[in-house]
Amino acid sequence: MSKYETVIGLEVHVELATATKIFCSCPTEFGKEPNTHVCPVCLGLPGSLPVLNKRVVEFAIKAGLALNCEIPRFAKFDRKNYFYPDLPKAYQISQYDLPIALNGYLEFELNGETKRVGITRVHLEEDAGKLVHSEFAGYSLADYNRTGVPLIEIVSEPDLRSPEEAKAYLEKLKSVIQYTGISDVKMEEGSLRCDANVSIMPAGSKEFGTRSEIKNMNSFKAVQRGLAYEVERQKEVLEAGGIVVQETRRWDEHKGITYAMRSKEEAHDYRYFPDPDLVPVMVEPVWVEEIRQSLPEMPDARRKRYISEWGLSEYDAEVITASKAMADFFEATLEEYHDAKAVANSLMGEILKHLNAQGIEIHETKLTPLHLAELLKLQAEGTISGKIAKTVFEEMFVSGKKPAEIVKEQGLVQISDEDAIAAIVAQVIADNPKSVEDFKAGTEKAIGFLVGQVMKISKGRANPEMANRLLREKLQ
Amino acid sequence: MLEEFTLAEALKRLGKREISALELTEAALRRIEAVDESVKAFVTVTSDEALAAATLMDAKRLSGEEMPPLAGIPMALKDNLCTKGVLTTCSSKILANFKPPYDATVVELLRAAGAVMLGKTNLDEFAMGSSTENSALFTTRNPWDLERVPGGSSGGSAAAVAADEVCFALGSDTGGSIRQPAAFCGVVGLKPTYGRVSRYGLIAFASSLDQIGPFTKDISDCAVVMNAIAGYDSRDTTSVPLASQDYTAQLSDGVKGLKIGVPKEYFAEGIDPDVRHAVQKALAVLVSLGAEAEEISLPHTDFGIPVYYLIAPAEASSNLARYDGVQYGYRAEADNLLEMYKKTRSRGFGSEVKRRIMLGTYALSSGYYDAYYLKALKVRTLIKQDFDEAFEKFDLILTPTTPSTAFKAGTVEDPLTMYLNDICTIPVNLAGLPALSMPCGFVNNLPVGLQLIGKPFAEATILRAAYAYEQHSGLAKKKPSLCGKGVPQDE
Repeated sequence: MSKYETVIGLEVHVELATATKIFCSCPTEFGKEPNTHVCPVCLGLPGSLPVLNKRVVEFAIKAGLALNCEIPRFAKFDRKNYFYPDLPKAYQISQYDLPIALNGYLEFELNGETKRVGITRVHLEEDAGKLVHSEFAGYSLADYNRTGVPLIEIVSEPDLRSPEEAKAYLEKLKSVIQYTGISDVKMEEGSLRCDANVSIMPAGSKEFGTRSEIKNMNSFKAVQRGLAYEVERQKEVLEAGGIVVQETRRWDEHKGITYAMRSKEEAHDYRYFPDPDLVPVMVEPVWVEEIRQSLPEMPDARRKRYISEWGLSEYDAEVITASKAMADFFEATLEEYHDAKAVANSLMGEILKHLNAQGIEIHETKLTPLHLAELLKLQAEGTISGKIAKTVFEEMFVSGKKPAEIVKEQGLVQISDEDAIAAIVAQVIADNPKSVEDFKAGTEKAIGFLVGQVMKISKGRANPEMANRLLREKLQ
Repeated sequence: MLEEFTLAEALKRLGKREISALELTEAALRRIEAVDESVKAFVTVTSDEALAAATLMDAKRLSGEEMPPLAGIPMALKDNLCTKGVLTTCSSKILANFKPPYDATVVELLRAAGAVMLGKTNLDEFAMGSSTENSALFTTRNPWDLERVPGGSSGGSAAAVAADEVCFALGSDTGGSIRQPAAFCGVVGLKPTYGRVSRYGLIAFASSLDQIGPFTKDISDCAVVMNAIAGYDSRDTTSVPLASQDYTAQLSDGVKGLKIGVPKEYFAEGIDPDVRHAVQKALAVLVSLGAEAEEISLPHTDFGIPVYYLIAPAEASSNLARYDGVQYGYRAEADNLLEMYKKTRSRGFGSEVKRRIMLGTYALSSGYYDAYYLKALKVRTLIKQDFDEAFEKFDLILTPTTPSTAFKAGTVEDPLTMYLNDICTIPVNLAGLPALSMPCGFVNNLPVGLQLIGKPFAEATILRAAYAYEQHSGLAKKKPSLCGKGVPQDE
């Protein structure tokens, strides 16, 4: 048991996938020529005024509901004032004391236990632009395409007790947000960003230690590593008789360390005040109810259903429901092929391996539920072996062709003709006297080698059970 | 002389084809040429665009098309209203080279109504001031006495109308910036209800107080211009979705039975006795025409100025933060970002603007917010409640517009004394109400302003009373001595 207890709270920014920006009708689309998706409003030109995009409020309410929050009837926008060249008005329109959603929670599973973390608030704000620095040019360029893209900030209570929990919370948060369809929540692309407040205190203490805020952790792994580093650093400071100072620190992924950015004294005074250009948002309960009805089944509910209805293991159900695309794929496949366990196995095995390797979601591949069901059927009918199934699968993944077509084209149909296999068996026995002798002398595992030889000669198409039986018959 | 025409008279003659829009515009441009060297109302004169627009209106009329309501009428805009491709400086160094890529909503509306813009008028930098002496460019002069100020911040627009340089002009009013210069220059100036006219394209000073409104030569012209600019705008969420109305419809309905409250706080010490006298005489006229008057009290009046000088600078400190030298406007050369910010803003803004940015920044700072900004918001509510209660019994509130007549340029050096100029106008902005200033007499040949304050969105009631008084007083026809001086003959 450690001498210290870790206390972590996360502030997570999620970019909302609305078609247009939060206060103007410019598209939110990425990757366009710099400063092409801009207008007087998002450029903050003198005289321009913001007009709230209703869809953005709807999306924020969705997030709030998915995180079990209260949705107050009255919300307002405030200005957060600070100077930076990526912020054209020199203030960010955000929400200070009356956010869209309050007092929720999120539950996640870790090491077989359910952990509940409080959600303090979900508030709306506008994104800033992007600066492009050149070391050689002696100037920086500003691209305001991203300026005014809607964000929600999800602030957790300081309920997390380890970096591992922080990572698990973040993964679950991503999953829940993804289910609501309000964002594509990709950390690598910046549509999910995470800052953390972390402190340590003597185990059993009721009073939190001084916290530092960690920025620039740009992947799930970075969150865990960055926090683990920071916790250790704070321990070392305390152990050496020092005190932890309140400051903002930056995670350096390369060096694997955090370093001080600015102290509490250097912190900005943002001078929040209500934005007089925007009228308060009145949220009608009827509207909230409509939005609640529009929410899909959330991952927790789905997980429980997969276990009770389909007999999936806790772990398989957890992994499959973590991604909405995956769970949808699972259910669509079941429509065509009713062996839930077999479908789950293939999703958990080959498919997940491919997705992880390429860092993509299942709906971004050429694989379809119909094709997967067909492949499983071919395998169950004995038309192809499990080994061949893998080959077919690889091809499906790349080309999107129907499995039957691939099997036919590449001549992959399983050989279950006894005469044909017997011929190969005879050849293998003739070619491998040593193994034959070993087997006869009682070395059971020699049979495995001989079956392997049959499979090799048949290019994997021989029915392995039949090969095994025929070999044993010949050698007894 | 064409330039002396009121809007109504010009429209009538244009309609009868006695004059052309081109003739009217040329006459106005000649007038500007002749007098603006001494009045200095204009920051930018857009002669070529004006002549082209007037020619187009004439062609339209010749082809028998139906003409928009202000077709061919020469007008000017305060230089804090965005005009596409035309310099919009706010009379500040920091925006000296700023050409907006878009038109303000009111500018779009006036263009659609056929009005011909002759140019942009001077103001106190970013509309902060009561004399135009805070303009970074020059001080506008009062056409009634060129040694005196025209008032501010919309001093250029008020002087341009008073000097017959245009038929009408638009200004903006945050704490009296339309009404005070209207009073000093002897013209009609209306600050509409907050939310009545779209602020889209008005360069913000204090967003919760700013409102655009007209300067005209008489009351009926004011109603006509209001018809063109009032209305809901989806680009300004603080504009109010009310059905549009014809402000000219009730002008002649008279004041019989109209209940007028006369708040004693607005006639107290600090108001020049001659001004008080002129306003009381105007009240007597309204009573003689059938209105009923009663003294009332608006007990929180004294808090108007302190509350205003917390709220307006607080909003301004944020609204003006965008002038940082990054995207547009003036940028100082510097070695790094922070230095660039500091030099740009130190050199780009004048001292009054910097004073208010500092005041506002302080009022919003953590640790001071509750004591200053939040407290000010609460007192603002009390001031509004004073008016709400009064309007339960009364239709209008009548006060002087300003404590004195126009003062001489360079004579008010203390900012606090300068701030007192708006003592009668500021509470109206804090309460979001409509109010109008019109001439009600002269002291030493300088105009005195009468202020009529109405219920929210009751501009028509104000205009009705103002029209009745104007018909009786005949003061609208009185012209400043500048008229005729050095002006070429038209006929």
